[in-house]
Amino acid sequence: MPIQYYIILALALFCIGVVGVLVRRNAIIIFMCIELMLNAVNLLLVAFSKMHNAALAATNAQAGVEGQLFVFFIMVVAAAEVSVGLAIIVMMYRNVHSVDVNFLNRLKN
Amino acid sequence: MGVTQILFWFLSALAIFSAVMVLVSKSPVHSVLWLIAVFFAISGHYILLNAQFLAIVNIIVYAGAIMVLFLFVIMLMNLNKETEPQKNLWMKLTGVVSGGCLLIVLISLVRQATEIKDKIALTNKGDIGLIKVLGKTLFSGYIVPFEISSVLFLSAMIGAVVIGKKD
Repeated sequence: MPIQYYIILALALFCIGVVGVLVRRNAIIIFMCIELMLNAVNLLLVAFSKMHNAALAATNAQAGVEGQLFVFFIMVVAAAEVSVGLAIIVMMYRNVHSVDVNFLNRLKN
Repeated sequence: MGVTQILFWFLSALAIFSAVMVLVSKSPVHSVLWLIAVFFAISGHYILLNAQFLAIVNIIVYAGAIMVLFLFVIMLMNLNKETEPQKNLWMKLTGVVSGGCLLIVLISLVRQATEIKDKIALTNKGDIGLIKVLGKTLFSGYIVPFEISSVLFLSAMIGAVVIGKKD
């Protein structure tokens, strides 16, 4: 498949994630939209790794394998991030009894 | 139009539709389920690109572990349609318009780029996504980042316990 299709698909998913962060007030949904953005980037990295492999396969059969390793590490970091982030959201819910991010704007005072 | 093309368009449509449904569904549980659908569609794309290891890891880690964690937290807090906070219509409209502007700018950039004009992503072929090649590369050239990520996991685990503890 042409690489442009993959880029545009990943961009669409990423922008949907951005819109989700902007329009929702539930902290958990905002967090899920961040996961969506991370996945869009993962898809783009895999597509680029296969593009690199297609371009350089004649000289180096394993060109582009680093891109997929990066995706692996992004998944590792995302899993760690989710565990800590959800713990923070649970703590916030215990303190203010809501997951509405607008409750947190008193931080600015 | 071969099977690969049909699958590509089908999975792309499924991914984008599910991603939109994550945003528009009122109940958080429905959002989580639609996000799982997005992850399955992206795993299908990985299989199409012959990145089999990442496809399986994506399903196990994202759809299996992370989304179950989200589901647990949502059910623990008993969030549903009634408790869902809503922004007013103008704020939503502003968010959609600004996100759409970002999308339009980036897509026009992609369409102008000449370097990627005739590049293709190899589908159905190539063995760099197989677990043998990835494992050899990971454990020969990237052993230090791998170990550091294990330390990161340990610190995240301790952090989650410390933050989530009732004091």
